[in-house]
Amino acid sequence: MKILITKKDVEHVAYLSRLELTAEEKELYTRQLNDILEHFQSLQQLDTGDVRPTAHVLPLKNVFREDWVGQHLSVEEVLANCPDREEDYFKVPKIV
Amino acid sequence: MQLFRLTAHELHGFLSKREISAEELNKAVFDRIAAVEDKIGAYICRTKELALERARAVDRQIKEGARTAPLAGIPVAIKDNICTNGISTTAGSKILADFIPPYSATVVKKLEAAGATMTGKTNMDEFAMGSSTENSAFLTTRNPWDTGRVPGGSSGGSAAAVAAGEVICALGSDTGGSIRQPAAFCGVVGMKPTYGAVSRYGLIAFASSLDQIGPLTKDVTDCALMLNVICGHDPMDSTSADFTVPDFTGFLNEDVRGLKIGVPEEFMVEGIDPRVRASVESAMTLLENLGAVVEYTNLPHNKHALSAYYLIAPAEASSNLARYDGVRYGYRAPAAEDVVDMFIKTRSEALGPEVKRRIMLGTYGLSAGYYDAYYLKALKVRTLIKQDFERALEKFDLLLSPATPTPAFRFGEKVDDPLKMYLSDICTIPVNLAGIPGISLPCGFVDGMPVGLQLMGKYFDEGTLLRVAYTFEQNTDYHRKQPEI
Repeated sequence: MKILITKKDVEHVAYLSRLELTAEEKELYTRQLNDILEHFQSLQQLDTGDVRPTAHVLPLKNVFREDWVGQHLSVEEVLANCPDREEDYFKVPKIV
Repeated sequence: MQLFRLTAHELHGFLSKREISAEELNKAVFDRIAAVEDKIGAYICRTKELALERARAVDRQIKEGARTAPLAGIPVAIKDNICTNGISTTAGSKILADFIPPYSATVVKKLEAAGATMTGKTNMDEFAMGSSTENSAFLTTRNPWDTGRVPGGSSGGSAAAVAAGEVICALGSDTGGSIRQPAAFCGVVGMKPTYGAVSRYGLIAFASSLDQIGPLTKDVTDCALMLNVICGHDPMDSTSADFTVPDFTGFLNEDVRGLKIGVPEEFMVEGIDPRVRASVESAMTLLENLGAVVEYTNLPHNKHALSAYYLIAPAEASSNLARYDGVRYGYRAPAAEDVVDMFIKTRSEALGPEVKRRIMLGTYGLSAGYYDAYYLKALKVRTLIKQDFERALEKFDLLLSPATPTPAFRFGEKVDDPLKMYLSDICTIPVNLAGIPGISLPCGFVDGMPVGLQLMGKYFDEGTLLRVAYTFEQNTDYHRKQPEI
């Protein structure tokens, strides 16, 4: 079978996805993603040169509304689920 | 009389004549839950006090002589990826195990306004990714017809709850078949409305261009009653369609004379269990005998639907699920060195294997060097698939197929082979890609397990699907069979 995705690719994609994989997961996902991508190869047989992509099925363009002040959640409601806070802010570990 | 065995429209009759109270009904359903939930495992969380409180409010209104809405006092279960203000909403994921939404989804508000009581939140595959509910981070849901088999997924909890009498109606969500496939496996009615017909505000996003909320019910009349409440434009969802919502019960006519029904050959061949095909063929014959014109047709690009779907849906998911970073809500991994380390540890510890697999697949399909070959290609193939449906639906009033290739499978049968699991959605996925409405309804049994018939319609023509489904139901008794638990 053709190798479509290598373990190195899997490591790179995991990093882009902000995921850390164990050695076993790397092996497993490399094998499974290869199987899945192999199945997808049939798409390449289709000539789609003149076909426009469909990202969305409804004929919607930009949807605008008037800019008015409505009801919104209070700061306490917004922060109620956060793992860590300081005063009215979300608190995270150091960034730089 | 066992109230939990009845439909919403039957119960409404008893409630409005004051032969039963809403409190009595809700208690009966919770007694049923207490009796069978250990065997079924449909609920992640139950809201008995809330349901009884609302039931008593409905009873007071009935006593005061107010005209009761069709769903007033009716117990409804909500899939756990639909936000409920103040009530735990997990999406079946450890990463949202402690999440309490500060607002309710539009559909939940609408059901509340219609007087429905809420029994609880139903189990599901994590973030709706799966076809068996085996990917839930919390519990196993079993098929009420055979507890050695899966209920289907991802709305497996909702389907099992309705089938087991643990609720009267339920809401699910359907991205590639997640309402219709479990409805078929559990022998209930499930509809995915046209994309945009129901607001997605408050639905935890999986793949935004495909996700749609819809009902799971015991019969087609209840399906119409639920659609009456949940459909309609919502300014809070910019992708919701501005259309006139009809009274869907107006389509419940026993008449299919002259209707043209197309059967795509592609749905009847490869990978379809011959016994399932035989059930669907009997349904075709019945509809023909009732006066419909049934003919085979073709959707030439259908064989590419699965590949296109499994590029598009994971791509959208990889973007939607980027929000689970441990900052604003949800799980956060302890003891991270810096913020990126926190993102990585949080997501690696709290997301399950199928969710990780799809995030990776989606990220790969969108990444530099592969975007054109995978994601963009899939969007173009989606156009071809959509055009196939549009052409077929110019010629026919609706299309008909099996809802699933096989009846419910056994636990563990497919969970270790993702591609095999993906193939169980082969009949339902094309409908989401095209955005058209689809309904699954019971059309037979194979070895004691229910078989689902799928009807697919024109955009915003749920009415014709209801009409045909209702006519089929009036002439069969599959929907009246209930499992012994």
